[in-house]
Amino acid sequence: MNDLQVSDLFFQSRGPYTFRIAPGQVAGLQGASGSGKTLLLRAISDLDPHQGQVRLGDMAREQVPAPIWRKTVAMLPAESFWWFDAVGDHFQVPVQDIEGTLQQLGFEPDVLCWEVSRLSTGEKQRLAIVRLLQNNPRALLLDESTASLDAANIECTETLLLDYCRLQQVPLLWVSHDPQQLERVADDQFYLESDGTLQGVRGGRHGR
Amino acid sequence: MGVKPLSPFDLSIAACLLIVLGLLSRRLKLGLEKQLAVSALRTTVQLLLIGQVLRVLFAHASLAFVVAISMIMLAVAGREVMARQHRRLRGSQGWLLGTGSMFISSFSVAFIALAVIIANDPWYTPQYAIPLLGMLLGNTMNGISLSMDRMTETLWQQRQLVEQRLLLGETGSEATAEIRRQAMRSGMIPIINSMAAAGLVSLPGMMTGQILGGSSPMDAVKYQILIMFLIAAGTGFGVMSAMWLLTRKLFDDRDRLRLDQLQSSS
Repeated sequence: MNDLQVSDLFFQSRGPYTFRIAPGQVAGLQGASGSGKTLLLRAISDLDPHQGQVRLGDMAREQVPAPIWRKTVAMLPAESFWWFDAVGDHFQVPVQDIEGTLQQLGFEPDVLCWEVSRLSTGEKQRLAIVRLLQNNPRALLLDESTASLDAANIECTETLLLDYCRLQQVPLLWVSHDPQQLERVADDQFYLESDGTLQGVRGGRHGR
Repeated sequence: MGVKPLSPFDLSIAACLLIVLGLLSRRLKLGLEKQLAVSALRTTVQLLLIGQVLRVLFAHASLAFVVAISMIMLAVAGREVMARQHRRLRGSQGWLLGTGSMFISSFSVAFIALAVIIANDPWYTPQYAIPLLGMLLGNTMNGISLSMDRMTETLWQQRQLVEQRLLLGETGSEATAEIRRQAMRSGMIPIINSMAAAGLVSLPGMMTGQILGGSSPMDAVKYQILIMFLIAAGTGFGVMSAMWLLTRKLFDDRDRLRLDQLQSSS
């Protein structure tokens, strides 16, 4: 069981950010658009240059190659991208390993034979979650991950992600525009001001 | 049979054609007349100059002289590769990358051709070395600039897709494998096409020159085949090493896509 520790993270004249997410806990993050929520997630997953430390349990990020780090601390972007023709080509694990996840999100296993070009944006986004979880990540960073989904799909997606977080005891950082969603899913909430400062929010909706 | 010499008057008749073309271009508002004039002037001055240089060079066939001329050709080709990029690497690294790839491929292929295949005494006989290297560099330059341009442009457009692949734990090299393959293909297709069409659609320039100069057609053809093979090999190796080096430049040691290494030419 590993917590996600971010200390003195500093990038593009933003920060420093220091916070910790405990195993099995969901931290919700809101903020004005342009306040750098996505940049923060990108810095944690080591996609942009930055200063400061990020650790998962006793694993410091510099100790492992970047691809291993990104598999372990997995980020789900707001928009999903696919590069092969068939859905199944994007999965490296045997079908029985992801069958359960697929079903929870409302897919039959034969979705793997579908062509990506036939998928709707929402289907792509739900399948992107399955694709992300196949790596068995030990921490999750979600960036507006349900923005393209309808109400029913948001619900089953939230359930799936929360179950994963609790059962696997992984820390989860959930960025959302929707305060009600964060009320539902988050144990702690943060607010990123437009000047880039990070505020803790104690329960309830933030007034801004 | 020697080649019939051309007088300045002969060339000025051909130049009149360009003047007519320029007038037409102005009339049709193509806006090409200035470029046309500058390019025509450049071709005249540059070729007359290289003619003088070659005249001196052929009279004093020294290795140092040949090497010096080759280096100048290489440096200019490197500059040309840079100039053709819409998005190029910042600073001198783009020039170094293109020049390095051309050096590796063109020079090694030219050396094999001169020392092993043609095997003159001395191997660097400038009448062979300079035109051969020139043709190799010219074609390798085209291939490398095409593929580099394709690679940087595609990466720019598909950065989100590439970063998605990085986020799923692929290395920079894995995430760009397909883009790199396409870029390599686009750099090599022109020479492959011209090998396929050689003799049917067009008589290649060098062979035409040799025949005009009085060589027997079969001798000219054999040299042309040699040149085609050398160009294809040189272009292919050059494109591959350029793509490999470019990938290394565009990803840092943490496998981050560093498009900030590129600057737009406009």
